[in-house]
Amino acid sequence: MTATEGAPSLIDAAVVAGVLRQALATGGEFAEVFAEDRRGSMVALDDGRIEDISSGRERGAGIRVVVGNTTGFAHTADLSERGLFKAAEAASGAARSGGGGTREVALSRSEPRSVSPVEVLPAAVGKGRKVDLLQKADAAARASGGAVRQVKAFYRDSRRLVLVANSEGVLTSDDQVRAQFRVTVVASGDTGMQTGGESVGGTMGFELFDRHDVGDLARSAARRALVKLQARPAPSGTMPVVIRCGSGGVLFHEACGHGLEADHIAKAVSVFAGKVGAEVAGPSVTLVDDGTMSNEWGALAIDDEGHPTSRNVLIDNGVLTDYMWDWRRARKQGRAASANGRRQSYQHLPMVRMTNTFLRNGDESPDEIIRQTPRGVYIAQLGGGQVNTATGDFVFGMTEAYMIEDGHLTGPIRDANLIGNGPQVLRDIDVLGDDFAMGWPGTCGKQGQGVPVGMGQPTLRVRALTIGGTAR
Amino acid sequence: MASRVAGWARDGEDVEVYVSRGTDTEVRVYEGEVESLSSATSAGVGVRVVSGGRQGFAYAGSLDIEVLAETLAEARDNAAFAGPGAWVGLPEPDGHRPVTLDLWRDELAGYPTARKVDAALDLERAVRAADSRVRQVESASWGDTWGEVALVSSLGVRASNRSTACYLAAVAVAGDGDGAQRASGYSAGRGPSELDSSKAAGDAVSRAVRLLGATKPRSAHLPVVFEPRVSAQLIGLLGGALSGETVLKGISLFADRLGDQVAAGGVTLVDDPTEPAAWRAACFDDEGMACRRNILIEGGVLRGYLYDSTSARRAGTSSTASAVRAGYKSGPVAGARAVHLLPGAYGPDEVLARLGDGLLVQSLSGLHSGVNPVSGDFSVGAEGLLFRGGKLSSPVRELTIASSIQRMLLDVSIVGNDLQWLPSSAAGVTIGISEMSMSGA
Repeated sequence: MTATEGAPSLIDAAVVAGVLRQALATGGEFAEVFAEDRRGSMVALDDGRIEDISSGRERGAGIRVVVGNTTGFAHTADLSERGLFKAAEAASGAARSGGGGTREVALSRSEPRSVSPVEVLPAAVGKGRKVDLLQKADAAARASGGAVRQVKAFYRDSRRLVLVANSEGVLTSDDQVRAQFRVTVVASGDTGMQTGGESVGGTMGFELFDRHDVGDLARSAARRALVKLQARPAPSGTMPVVIRCGSGGVLFHEACGHGLEADHIAKAVSVFAGKVGAEVAGPSVTLVDDGTMSNEWGALAIDDEGHPTSRNVLIDNGVLTDYMWDWRRARKQGRAASANGRRQSYQHLPMVRMTNTFLRNGDESPDEIIRQTPRGVYIAQLGGGQVNTATGDFVFGMTEAYMIEDGHLTGPIRDANLIGNGPQVLRDIDVLGDDFAMGWPGTCGKQGQGVPVGMGQPTLRVRALTIGGTAR
Repeated sequence: MASRVAGWARDGEDVEVYVSRGTDTEVRVYEGEVESLSSATSAGVGVRVVSGGRQGFAYAGSLDIEVLAETLAEARDNAAFAGPGAWVGLPEPDGHRPVTLDLWRDELAGYPTARKVDAALDLERAVRAADSRVRQVESASWGDTWGEVALVSSLGVRASNRSTACYLAAVAVAGDGDGAQRASGYSAGRGPSELDSSKAAGDAVSRAVRLLGATKPRSAHLPVVFEPRVSAQLIGLLGGALSGETVLKGISLFADRLGDQVAAGGVTLVDDPTEPAAWRAACFDDEGMACRRNILIEGGVLRGYLYDSTSARRAGTSSTASAVRAGYKSGPVAGARAVHLLPGAYGPDEVLARLGDGLLVQSLSGLHSGVNPVSGDFSVGAEGLLFRGGKLSSPVRELTIASSIQRMLLDVSIVGNDLQWLPSSAAGVTIGISEMSMSGA
């Protein structure tokens, strides 16, 4: 099936046109209706039993009216004509415009091309099969070693129907289906407890589990926890760092992704402001944000402002080529949006967000990169991160890492955060592998809104990063 | 309405209905204009069904009666797939008398939008005017919320909480030659008259300006002082690690430690949602039990954990009325609402003077990736100022500080006297730690 088949229209087109007309009645320059119907279900296993099983539905619309630089916004859970008109009045009132009059809106419906085909809708899969997945993961993790003390496994799916219409004539919709699985294992030894995890997700249906075996994922998580029981304290100080393919996309998400969001640029609170055309990284570095990557976690047919997503090259062979744009920031610059306007739900205003952000392949073999590193740290898995876009300083956590000594991986080291500076790290990437892979499904938080994002990179080396360990 | 749905319980099952409704308004201004103004009311329901020792949960973002019936049916269906446990069940009233707290300000409900806009614009101007090095006001905003929750169960629990809150917040970017530094300031209260705009502006500006010229320090092991805003984040994490649920599962670093000296003698940690100044103060917890004061660590000795009814029954004890929910979309879990350290004798300047040389931490980053509540490993990004001879000297950035939660608790050498309730589930106070690893150049 395609992404839009079987998706009923959330609101009748004639009602949408009436609501937009109402929203513009007090002189608004732009009005938008964003309607959403989201269903989700979740199953969580902990301590050997299905502890949480939950499902729910939320439906509503957010209405935005723009006058000059001011945006008025209101939302409602009432998708009836009356409920929508009330919200339209509230949004136009909030934008406090002086003018008036009637403006007709001619909507032209467009169906976006399908980006992420879905084979098996998760809602069509019995709850018993979801429970089985988690129990299989629990058994596999516990069979990995006597030191395994606890297993948590988590399954989630969601289906989000959206409709976007605006006074520029856009009327479009999307049907976004996602499935996700995560497992965390706690192992216990003489040195205390350690944790290991695995996580997969896709903008796809239950066929996610044809592509990934939950038993393998659970064994991999258990291995991570068990290996760390032997870990020594992480070093403290600055040294070369090699990051395994598919494990460290979060580094670029934090190091430069956020700094390339046009809202930070417009307010001149990004270290990358004014740098388009400048060489910001070595010639082998090409950074892309691509909402069209089929079935990836951050894939979308349209962004939450109704623009078809695209592949946007941000850094091309080391040269900064463009930022990421939403409607509002693009309009101010008199340019096209890059379909990066996203929102957590109908209760939120859209802002500039990443989709799938990745660094393209280089040509070195990953083994060779390690061999050419006399001393440093090899990171097999990174956790989350955070950036201060004003200074470019960012942190991220390593959750599986080893020392590199004389070009070989030696012992595992304990979890620690790393810190670096975005522009500096881009310049310090000195070698890229040929083994590109996408990584774990991520949730990117910005101003209190979380959205799903994908990340990826080949194995690579950064000449110097600061490891925040405790070793003396 | 909650009572009506709870009344739909069938024989052999228990039903609990949690209903919440709230109105939120946010005004953001930028360069003297309103950038956005949002206002909306939202409501939702979360239903728990327990039947035969199995629990199911469902939620909906609507209070329509047909939707509620569907939600109950869905929760009932979910319960059939859950794992059984003899301890699984809804709480029964325990006879504990609730306190009376006045967390509602009528003043906020009638506060005109125009005055909220003016307050945000005034704040932006104040930040700009405070120092010539302020290069940008990244955001200045007003926010307010009024909400109520009601909870009814077929076992006879009936409870409700209502509260109002508002805040003013600004993010200032200061510049000096090439370098820029960013910091935030805010003021929060239950009603508009409790807000202090000049404090919000002053904090944002002074905290950004004092970091100008910050450099990456050399790695060292040294005493570290956390400001109240920072310590509140850490104390909040501690509240999570003391949840009885993680203890039962054997994955808390505090498991099997009751009666042990887990912290320095000056550490007494209490969770007290009946404290009216606490941001998340409440008469009832999120299962309808009357909130009470719980002592977790006393004079450094571990005294107790936080329990909701399920984890308490499993541990063979009684609920500490510590059930918390992240809104109507999730069921209750054990957690803290108002966790704080009992303050010590010294003001923040005296804390620095007593420690002599060290690092004063102004903000932390990467807490979610750098603090492992199971192993206790602690390694986070930080910025702040070095101090020498008890006086602040040079600003520093792009550094990490590391230790373990276990070690840090034992290394608390001074707790300040400057307890501040912050908009979170914890209060902050100046804390001095005798030694941590600082990684830099």
